[in-house]
Amino acid sequence: MNHLSEAVRWLLDAATWSGPTGLGVRTVEHLQYTLVAVLLSAAIALPIGLAIGHFGRGKNVAVAGTGVVRALPTLGLLTLVALFTGLGLTAPMVAFITLAVPSIIAGAYSGVESVDPRVVDAARAQGMNGWQTLLTVQIPLGLPLIIGGIRLAVLQVVGTATIAAYVGAGGLGVPLFLGLRTNDYPLLLAASLVVIALAIVLDGAFDLAQRLIRRLPGFA
Amino acid sequence: MKPRSRGPLAVVAAALLLTASGCAGGSDPLANSPAGGVDEGTLVIGSQQYYSNTIIAEIYAQLLEAAGYDVERDFEIGQREVYASELTNGNIDVFPEYTGALLQYYDPAAGSGTPEEVYEALTESLPEGLTALEPAEATDQNEFVVTPEYAQEHDLVSIGDLAGVDDVVMASSPEFETRPFGPEGLREVYGVEVELQVIDDSGGPLTVNALLDGEVDVTATIYSANPAISEHGLVVLEDPKGLLPSAHLVPVVSDDADDEARAILNEVHSLLSQDELLALNSRSVNEQAAAEVVAREWIEKHSLLD
Repeated sequence: MNHLSEAVRWLLDAATWSGPTGLGVRTVEHLQYTLVAVLLSAAIALPIGLAIGHFGRGKNVAVAGTGVVRALPTLGLLTLVALFTGLGLTAPMVAFITLAVPSIIAGAYSGVESVDPRVVDAARAQGMNGWQTLLTVQIPLGLPLIIGGIRLAVLQVVGTATIAAYVGAGGLGVPLFLGLRTNDYPLLLAASLVVIALAIVLDGAFDLAQRLIRRLPGFA
Repeated sequence: MKPRSRGPLAVVAAALLLTASGCAGGSDPLANSPAGGVDEGTLVIGSQQYYSNTIIAEIYAQLLEAAGYDVERDFEIGQREVYASELTNGNIDVFPEYTGALLQYYDPAAGSGTPEEVYEALTESLPEGLTALEPAEATDQNEFVVTPEYAQEHDLVSIGDLAGVDDVVMASSPEFETRPFGPEGLREVYGVEVELQVIDDSGGPLTVNALLDGEVDVTATIYSANPAISEHGLVVLEDPKGLLPSAHLVPVVSDDADDEARAILNEVHSLLSQDELLALNSRSVNEQAAAEVVAREWIEKHSLLD
């Protein structure tokens, strides 16, 4: 009885991936939750983080605030929100966004802050206003760190998205929890392997994006 | 800043290697904890990750301590799949268990039946070295529960009455679909079709809310000793064909528990009526009292230490 080889054999079986509750559907759900959660988080967190970096104010509040938010147990938050919103995707999404926002804020203000102040001064001396400095100097030069924050958020959410299954919302948590509860370690392991593979692929994609950006003229 | 190019990949690779090597031994990764880590003569008491079970275990612990036993509390160790191997190989000496549910673990093919038949079958299927003592009157078993409004609307008394209802959504645990009394059992025994909605909080507030709000029609995770049933006047559907396994509370002990210890545990279970169990659970759920407080009050109420 080798759980790992059984898990791999199960993963290689085409029947595993097909059907309305197959692993294929679960994987797509899992990716969707991750991407939607990170996109919504970026929409919230990027403006905040960029503003903090650009104006150089509010960083202490942001550090303290994101620290507190990061300490929230995600499963507890999910349960609490689900008590108000009921079942479905809302509660998991709120939990994932809460998880992702701090990393993106931190990445954004670190990125803007990392730009050499002399470069920013030079931009202003040439007559650029605040928006122009932000859009054409601070964001492009800080982009690797800004993307780094998003990259971290993606990794955190792709790993945590399994708990959507706690309220029956699908994703790779479904086979994972089922395997855990029924002593089916190959199933548990197989679901974990798919989560790990997703994390590696997504992380690799971001790594590539960060490298490419460094090669572009005008970017850090 | 340099990119952390290979860091994450290396960590993942290392984790995979660890997983692989852990499994290559071929045995259950959870079963290899060292035996004999505890002094001879110490009674290790376990409990499920379930507040009600922990209260019973705490009652055992306090009474055994008072009788002069060295007691180690190994509480809140997951569900049966996680701790059963520890029980089987003697690392845990005393565990509050449930007759039908434990029987189904050791003998998945076991049918249901009267509580006496279930207890009889359990004593036969327990591995060597484990003994099931006297079961209590109290049960904490799977039930199918609906709101009074839903029961009235569809004229429901027993589980079979659900057969005439369309689009029944049932709140369940993840493992419910694999159980003999799960969707397949429901279809075969009662001709009832249900759509499952997993809510993984063991009949906790999320499940109760979903039922009261009509997000689900029936729950499979609100057990018979759940205080929510009386609090919200919920209707427990009758099970005339005995689909659901009875689950009377029963102490399961290893050979390390001597006759005196067994007598103490049997006395506890002779006092555990359904109302007593509901009162213990309600004290925990509705008043947030800690297990050791609930246990101490119960022992005092029954003058077990006088």
